[in-house]
Amino acid sequence: MRTDYVPHAAVDVSAMLEAVGAKTVEDLFAEVPAAVRLERPLDLPAGVSEVELLAELRALAARTTPASELVSFLGAGIYDHYVPAIVDTITSRSEFQTAYTPYQPERSQGVLQSIFEFQTAICELTGMEVANASMYDAGTALAEASFLAGAQTRRAKIVVSDGVHPEYREVLATESAAYGPRPVAVGLAPGAHTDGDALRAATGDDTAAVVVQQPNFFGALEDVGEAARLAHEAGALLVVVADPVALGLLATPGEQGADIVVGEAQSFGNPMSYGGPGLGFMAVSAKLMRRLPGRVVGETRDLDGRRGFVLTLQTREQHIRREKATSNICSNHALNALAALVHLAWLGKQGLPDLAETCLRRTAYLRERLLAVPGVTAYTEGPVFREFAVRLPLPAKELVDALVPKGFLAGVPLGWVAGFMSGSDDALGDVLLLAVTEKRTKAEIDAFVDALAEAIGDG
Amino acid sequence: MADESAALTCAEGRATVETIFEKSRPGRRAGTVPVAGVPERPLDELLPPALRRDAPARLPEVAEVDIVRHYTELSTLNYGVDTGAYPLGSCTMKYNPKVNERVAALEGFRGLHPYQPDELAQGALELLWTLDRWLAEISGLSRATLQPAAGAHGELTGLLVIRAHHAAQGRSPRRVIIPDTAHGTNPASVVLAGYEPVTVHSDARGGVDLEELRGLLDADVAALMLTNPNTLGVFDENIVAIAHLVHEAGGLLYYDGANSNAVLGISRPGDMGFDVVHFNTHKTFSTPHGGGGPGAGPIVVRDVLEPFLPVPLVERRDDGSFFLDYDRPQSIGRVRTFVGNVGVLLRAYTYIRALGPDGLRRVSDMAVLNANYVMEGVKDLFTVPFERRCMHEFVASATPLKEHGVRALDVAKRLLDYGLHPPTTYFPQIVDEALMIEPTETESKESLDRLIAAFRAIVDEARTDPDLLRQAPTRMPVRRLDEAEAARRPVLRQRFAEDDAGDAAGT
Repeated sequence: MRTDYVPHAAVDVSAMLEAVGAKTVEDLFAEVPAAVRLERPLDLPAGVSEVELLAELRALAARTTPASELVSFLGAGIYDHYVPAIVDTITSRSEFQTAYTPYQPERSQGVLQSIFEFQTAICELTGMEVANASMYDAGTALAEASFLAGAQTRRAKIVVSDGVHPEYREVLATESAAYGPRPVAVGLAPGAHTDGDALRAATGDDTAAVVVQQPNFFGALEDVGEAARLAHEAGALLVVVADPVALGLLATPGEQGADIVVGEAQSFGNPMSYGGPGLGFMAVSAKLMRRLPGRVVGETRDLDGRRGFVLTLQTREQHIRREKATSNICSNHALNALAALVHLAWLGKQGLPDLAETCLRRTAYLRERLLAVPGVTAYTEGPVFREFAVRLPLPAKELVDALVPKGFLAGVPLGWVAGFMSGSDDALGDVLLLAVTEKRTKAEIDAFVDALAEAIGDG
Repeated sequence: MADESAALTCAEGRATVETIFEKSRPGRRAGTVPVAGVPERPLDELLPPALRRDAPARLPEVAEVDIVRHYTELSTLNYGVDTGAYPLGSCTMKYNPKVNERVAALEGFRGLHPYQPDELAQGALELLWTLDRWLAEISGLSRATLQPAAGAHGELTGLLVIRAHHAAQGRSPRRVIIPDTAHGTNPASVVLAGYEPVTVHSDARGGVDLEELRGLLDADVAALMLTNPNTLGVFDENIVAIAHLVHEAGGLLYYDGANSNAVLGISRPGDMGFDVVHFNTHKTFSTPHGGGGPGAGPIVVRDVLEPFLPVPLVERRDDGSFFLDYDRPQSIGRVRTFVGNVGVLLRAYTYIRALGPDGLRRVSDMAVLNANYVMEGVKDLFTVPFERRCMHEFVASATPLKEHGVRALDVAKRLLDYGLHPPTTYFPQIVDEALMIEPTETESKESLDRLIAAFRAIVDEARTDPDLLRQAPTRMPVRRLDEAEAARRPVLRQRFAEDDAGDAAGT
């Protein structure tokens, strides 16, 4: 017997039909013209009971080998960080989970206050003055940043470093097809840092914003302060795509002169979930506050002077401004933001730097050991945080495939990235991007390097 | 000091909840992190001081129990579908099945990394491939992209696909027609897709004014965006004629699927003549609204539009294995990172699988019955501007209460005191003092009777003691909040004592 979530018994249906003056349920649809009626059942598998349902879904899930159950060095935007137990405890509270956007603030103080706290946490991490209630992901947040910069500066071009994640740049390109500043690419210098001279040459009085990622896609640490100076000299804004875990240790984009900070905060409190839903975030300087897209929560008082929270600055939003809006975001990723907030509170003021430091040290250790393997050379140069790329003496995809049977996911092979790099004919087929979270132990790293050295030897 | 504040809380009865930052005490902590355990190197060598932040982020210093109690307390100030009826029009606040959560928590799904080899993700790829086909069948169209993260994101994606289709034919029309009842996201999405929105008004029955539409249609029209049933909750009986007119002019039809809960298995957008459809999985297919998200906004298109869908699509090889296909030369490109909101999509899959064709049909049948039942129960209290059979929702106008100095807002706030979530208010904008009511199939007859009784009691109060409504709510954690002040002098983040000290020193 199939599942049914509808409460109506047959007697209820009869009584209700009588109340509305209809003989049959079919009568209720009399206004749907016959020409557009579906005169057969939908061609879908028949429904099943919960027992059968769960068995089937378990069988599907069993036909995957999740990265979380292997010794994984995959990163590139989605990271296998530990999610503390209390995150699930809080996010599964159905008062949070089954509510919608807090349109009735008097009955939604829980989600409103949690968003206010989330905004505060993002401001603290990024060193910015205003943050919104969340975006879908870093890619769409970058597109929104570009639209914001275009609206603010009324300029036609946005200069984007090739060090920005290629998928974020691809989303930006797609969503900029007919609106907002036109993206212009700037290449990387050897060692995977943004080419400063090229950035300077590309930035001019038609530039709405300059975009760099910190650390960049290849793990290199960019000179954000220099990018800020360069952007501001040209009257452009600086957009930084920031990794929020790295901000446990790294200088904040705010103190380095960023005007807009966006990024992906899945690392905090959210499972990898095949890449979604993650957690886009966006923060801006005070002067851009009224151009920030998406929901924003503000503090206010009730009639008795008691503190409370409301959705505010709504005149920016599409449901008020309609065609004059510069963003269409309505639903966001509020529950993912709550998960991140709980994780951040759990880490606390001391725990976040601790987490960042463990990632930093283990990453440095893996890098040092890998570069000692004959045939492995550096692709990313200089200091790195929890990710870096190396060149291998064989195609990176081959190495990844060779190590899966030994229980390792060696990293992201970057052959596909070559098509996204401007002014470079570097093939990248032998480049591997590796990330190290606090879940990877020294013993795992040692075993991995041994297995990798052996695979290279066999190759 | 501590005793004093405790006494204050008790005396006040309804205390505001301190923020997690205000609960911070120096030296407290919850989580710990493994130490690196690798050969020690000076921090300065790994990360030069110039690259490091001067001071740590001022995250709260709290114990684990503090965090759990804090957010548990906040949750009690909130209201969800699991709390009670939530007739928020156009949002389809239906029950979120708990088995979906169990499925989403399976490590085989939640532990997948987007860059792990396709061979290690076969079960998930099969699920996504199958969902694509189910959505095609439900919509009467050909192929889906599961990438868009929300309905509005689906709108933008669909319009970019339409744009690419016109471009491939050497056309570059500039306008998109939208009815005056459209969701606010429609015009915003149109602008982002590079089009100029043009409004078509509603006729006396609440549908698209056909004469006006005829006058607006020419070769410069890229598309018409329509919700059917529309935001007034009525089905546009002229849909076949509308589709014919738009297609004849060279335009395409975009279906805003926000109201799909009315027509599952009854009438398919593809059969109505639409070329692109988006679904809001968090509305139609029971995925939790999460206090604002995450949702998912997959779009489904007619076969001629397939080449333009975003990359990647999930494809099946002849040997039955699945893979992510990036080799799509006419694709508009990616609209988000990775594959989509997979954790949401698999809940939608689970829901469709559980119900099957009969179950989905029953959802729409009962959603429409419920809306008509509530309309019947309250229509003498308000004005129902388009009094016909409604579909899954209807719009009432609270204008009759104006003579008592009471507005739709006051009715909504008073409903809170009755322990219910109010309907959507002041939308659609073409109805004065609008109350947009969508009970969904989730509510039983008794639940609807309670809702109707609350409306009746409130309208009675409006006549006898209107101040009760104007002062409402009085039984909530806070009374009415000063939204004007919040916008005039925005306080958008926690202030810390030292910030205020710094400001004082500076002035």
